[in-house]
Amino acid sequence: MTVDFTLNGQAVSVDVDDDTPLLWVIRDELGMTGTKFGCGVAMCGACTVYLDGQPMRSCQTYIEDVAGSEITTIEGLDSKPAQAVQAAWQELDVPQCGYCQSGQIMSAAALLSETPKPSDEDIDAAMSGNVCRCATYHRIRKAIHRAAEIMEA
Amino acid sequence: MMHLLNQASRLPFADLATPTRRGFLKLSVGAGAGLALGVTLPPLQGTAAASTQAASAFNPFVEIMDDGSVRVVIKHLDKGQGPATGLSTLVADELDAAWEQMTVRFAPANAALYNNILWGEVQGTGGSSAIPNSFDQYRQAGATARKMLIVAAAEEWGVPADEITIEAGTISHASGQSAGFGELAGKAAKLDVPEDVAVKSPEDWVYIGKSFPRLDTKMKSEGAVGVYGMDHQMDDMLVAVLAAPPKFGGAVQSFDAEAAKAVRGVVDVIQVPQGVAVLATSTWPAIKARDLLDIQWDFSAAETRSSSDIMANYLELADQPGAPVKAVGDAEAGISGAAGVVEATYQFPFLAHAPMEPIDVTVLFDGETATFWTGSQVQTLDQNIGASVLGIEPANVSIETLWAGGSFGRRAIYNSHYVAEAAAIAKTWLEASGKTQPIKLVYTREDDIRGGYYRPAYVHKIKAGVTADGKVAGWHHRIVGQSILKGTMFEAMLVHDGIDKTSVEGIEDTPYTIDNFAVELNTTDVQVPGLWWRSVGHTHTAYAMETMVDQLAKAADRDPVAFRRDMLANDARKLGVLELVAEKSGWGEPVPAGRARGVAVHKSFSTYVAQVVEISQGDDGVIKVEKVWCAVDCGIAVNPDNIASQMEGGIGYGLGAILRNEITLTEGEVDQGNFDSYEPIRIEDMPDIEVHIVPSTEPPTGVGEPGTPPIGPAVANAIFAATGSMPTKLPLSQEGLV
Repeated sequence: MTVDFTLNGQAVSVDVDDDTPLLWVIRDELGMTGTKFGCGVAMCGACTVYLDGQPMRSCQTYIEDVAGSEITTIEGLDSKPAQAVQAAWQELDVPQCGYCQSGQIMSAAALLSETPKPSDEDIDAAMSGNVCRCATYHRIRKAIHRAAEIMEA
Repeated sequence: MMHLLNQASRLPFADLATPTRRGFLKLSVGAGAGLALGVTLPPLQGTAAASTQAASAFNPFVEIMDDGSVRVVIKHLDKGQGPATGLSTLVADELDAAWEQMTVRFAPANAALYNNILWGEVQGTGGSSAIPNSFDQYRQAGATARKMLIVAAAEEWGVPADEITIEAGTISHASGQSAGFGELAGKAAKLDVPEDVAVKSPEDWVYIGKSFPRLDTKMKSEGAVGVYGMDHQMDDMLVAVLAAPPKFGGAVQSFDAEAAKAVRGVVDVIQVPQGVAVLATSTWPAIKARDLLDIQWDFSAAETRSSSDIMANYLELADQPGAPVKAVGDAEAGISGAAGVVEATYQFPFLAHAPMEPIDVTVLFDGETATFWTGSQVQTLDQNIGASVLGIEPANVSIETLWAGGSFGRRAIYNSHYVAEAAAIAKTWLEASGKTQPIKLVYTREDDIRGGYYRPAYVHKIKAGVTADGKVAGWHHRIVGQSILKGTMFEAMLVHDGIDKTSVEGIEDTPYTIDNFAVELNTTDVQVPGLWWRSVGHTHTAYAMETMVDQLAKAADRDPVAFRRDMLANDARKLGVLELVAEKSGWGEPVPAGRARGVAVHKSFSTYVAQVVEISQGDDGVIKVEKVWCAVDCGIAVNPDNIASQMEGGIGYGLGAILRNEITLTEGEVDQGNFDSYEPIRIEDMPDIEVHIVPSTEPPTGVGEPGTPPIGPAVANAIFAATGSMPTKLPLSQEGLV
């Protein structure tokens, strides 16, 4: 089937089977690899994108449900919370292998958009779906607090 | 494939993901192991702005671009532990470069130039060896390049070389002359390479010992677009997924691919020695089609036992004498005369590594030459095994090392099995189709979790006693488990008299002084392939030893730290980390209500780590690790913040495993498949962590692994302090504690 949607502000059109996960459309058909494949079953968050502004696991979002939507990936992330998160990530040297960090940053920026001053509990609740096998969680928590400060400044 | 949006130009590291740099490889080979390259390379063909710069190679490790940026050639895989930044730190310091000038690229496969000095003629990464084996080499490379820049400046300006200074990337002379590296690099690189250039004294270090930001953080905060093997894309590329036997040692008997071939995007289905491969124009059709394959398997030679059968066998073997590993004094006599005796039998499960980036490798084979793109951890093995499967010479195989999304041991694979699988697929496809096409082999998470190469299961049986005055009277320790290395190319190196060093490390070489000490090993025969898992043997040996020490301390009615102090009279560094962690954690002070503490200290890979944990326990008995204090002595601390980062990560990795990870088998088939059944540590499980580094002038040792061994026993010792019962069967979820 042919599906039209908006990707990072640009109109795109793809022709794939309707059960194709958005993840593989973004990565293979549209050639954008910032969104990562980690588990394929929405258990790790590496593939997090925004669908009409809401964080979603693109590996369990089927292309037939994306028609007409606005999709944002890490490559198109430019909100104020996102910039604060990316600055804080660099300030605290959060990533190790880095493979999960696109998803972590997408989730963290979404959290700060809704909750500009999150508590540790808010952070745990919002970030629980994002796995980091390097276990950078300790710095992720600190960096989200730091991003909140950057946003306030 | 439509590449609507090419983001490569945003990336400072994009040149790492571009095709081969054979020019440099040839030049390097031509120069042998010497440093005398003295050539200016032509501009590289690449997509990123940076890669259009001409590179002047000063030696195999240091290149300076026309824009003045320094490009360090990294011989190690960076799978998150930070060697790209670490090795760049060594070069930057000797060059007196500005930190902002530093960039990296990964070295081609060339064991003569880029071998791991601690491994001999093998290029590879592992055993926490990147900094230790590179410390002198990369400083020397930087110092030599610096000298060449100075000589070039002296000639250019007609001034004495010893009057020229370099600071933060600027070469200058009192006369007012000054230049950046780029202006002089072309001339400098053509000079004779000076010999015996002295490296700096520690007091002159600019970067070593300080925490400069990792060079890969920015790109990894912006999506790390196109840098991992999984992200590697090429025109006309096919994606392959492999249906491997669901039992280890199984084989394909016959298969029906009709339904699979009907999936849109599927190009072909082919049989290779390792299974049945689906080839498709993109990833999803390949995954989808594989589920539609109808394969009859031959399990006549397969492992068909359940893990419970294997463990029952190990427990029987734990009661039978094993091969002697170590005998000091008379353990039996010591124990029989002891005032208090403790016995414990420990069970450790199989563990998967589960790095975030599942296994992948792209291969391009034209019948005569081949290139593999992957997060190659042992390039020499990948090159040789890839060549062997393809039936070509290793010299005709290029390995393009890409950033890896974690490894924890998984990519340091003694049989390069996934390179071999990709090579078999590429060779079969070329023969079948006559087409030279890049093929990317992709593992799904299920392939990763079910694919074997686990931390082997082990049993430890210990009987030990204490004297009336509270010292260790005797210690008898029997280990049961499979050899990781038996039958591999590492056997000759690390298996002696039937004892696989990795089965007993951390016990037989413990820094503790134990007067009456006997260690035995029963090596088992299992077809579930085993592999090193972050800190290898120490993953189980530290747990057994450190929790037994706490049980003995209790039997002696002594404080666990005080009890250990007596056993560490002969090891000042292990004692040093213990004292530091005790001080920083306020060990011995009252613990808040509802909390309990445990301590553990362990040496692995020549690095000493001690940890104190504080846990809370709910009314339901479920524990939570609230806080970890960690002290580490790794000699000279090249980048303290990265050392802290590795301790944090090592703690989290070990903690996740002991809380709830195990691989089990039912009649030979792995029960777990994804992160729902092999549940990784998540942010809410992660404690607050404080890391303290012991100041040292000793040569640097590694930090990728040593943070992992102490966390399990420290948590267990805290549980022991809280409940009086020591967990001896892992994971802790087995005992209702998680």
